[in-house]
Amino acid sequence: MTAKLPDPMLPTPFVVQKVKRETSDTYTLDLSRADGPTNFAFAPGQFNMLYAFGAGEVPISISGDPAVPKTLVHTVRDVGNVTRAICRLKRGEVLGVRGPFGVPWPVDRVAGEDVLIIAGGLGLAPLRPALYHLLQHRGEFGNIELIYGARTPKDLLYPKELERWRGRFDLRVHVTVDSAADDWRSNVGVVTKIIDRARFDPPSTVALICGPGVMMRFTVLELMSHGLTPEQIYVSMERNMKCGIGLCGHCQWGPYFVCKDGPVYRFDRIKDWFDRREV
Amino acid sequence: MDTMEPILAAHPFFRGLDSRYLKLIVECASRETFSPGKFLCQDNEEARKFYVIHHGRVAVEIYRARRGAVTLQTIGEGEVLGWLWFDRPYHWHMDARALDLTRVISLEVQGLMDRCNRDHDFGYELMRRYAHHLAVQFRVTKAQLADFYGD
Repeated sequence: MTAKLPDPMLPTPFVVQKVKRETSDTYTLDLSRADGPTNFAFAPGQFNMLYAFGAGEVPISISGDPAVPKTLVHTVRDVGNVTRAICRLKRGEVLGVRGPFGVPWPVDRVAGEDVLIIAGGLGLAPLRPALYHLLQHRGEFGNIELIYGARTPKDLLYPKELERWRGRFDLRVHVTVDSAADDWRSNVGVVTKIIDRARFDPPSTVALICGPGVMMRFTVLELMSHGLTPEQIYVSMERNMKCGIGLCGHCQWGPYFVCKDGPVYRFDRIKDWFDRREV
Repeated sequence: MDTMEPILAAHPFFRGLDSRYLKLIVECASRETFSPGKFLCQDNEEARKFYVIHHGRVAVEIYRARRGAVTLQTIGEGEVLGWLWFDRPYHWHMDARALDLTRVISLEVQGLMDRCNRDHDFGYELMRRYAHHLAVQFRVTKAQLADFYGD
């Protein structure tokens, strides 16, 4: 007799264990299964559909540590009715979770390479699990460089963790903002400019990028000007995912369903679609 | 003076430059160190120097009466400061202040221009690098204007 697989369309109740305000409109929620402590296995870069009862369902990347599967972590920006309902949840309240869905970052296939993690704004959230993984298996990789940009210092996610990462000898962290007052001690400028300062050997480098479209576009161009090929670049795309399993077509992007074929794509596979408007 | 040549040769702006041209540049070069908070240049001052940064970090700022100094960009090791030195009115348009202890090789602009005018091959080499630098600055500015994190 074969075991029955869980229905991917059926949300599982999760309880909010902790809510942390990251920025003025962004919150990180720690969740655990309502029916007891059960592991929630996922791969870095995957997302869940979070269901705020009475409001609706939205796709949100998992931002926690894959090695701590009992706690499911999501970082959510309040940008609409559903995300606002999620951000307003308090400890002990329940939401529905479906997932994990999607293609993850290729962290288990890039051993021996230098790894550039390039994040813009909220894009650090889906990349954080990848970084956790890389640091847990640190010996398997070459240089690891985290390049993170945001509008202002107040918009940076996970500031304490950034400080901790910055203190490590086996990871170089470059943080930059578009504008800052004169008490800001780090960089001012766009992330693309920081790529010049990163240490990597172009033929043996993989870049993982996540951020707003325009940021990823400029970043890809900059990386290619440094000698990386499209095959060495991975981007995480965001579309209106709905079913999560490639059935409903909401997230169709050219020949792809982002929920099933993405959200992480090797750039050579999508380069013809990347800049195309109204797709 | 001799120790400046290898530093310039290794600097991205001058990398690959013929050694006889490097020697011409070294003739206009001197070392300077700026402690944190010290200005490398200030708005409206005459632009007499072109800075090649080989250690430290510099904030390029614009002063606004209400907000005080606003940092537009930070630059550091491997970068250059003073990309308008080739064009009239040879004035700085912004302030630049050391954020950390910053070591630079400063190049005397008039001396460089004289050498460019005397040796057009040298001038072309320098202009080529300068044009590339301008293109990068242009790209960076466009990206910054695009409000990267706004959508």
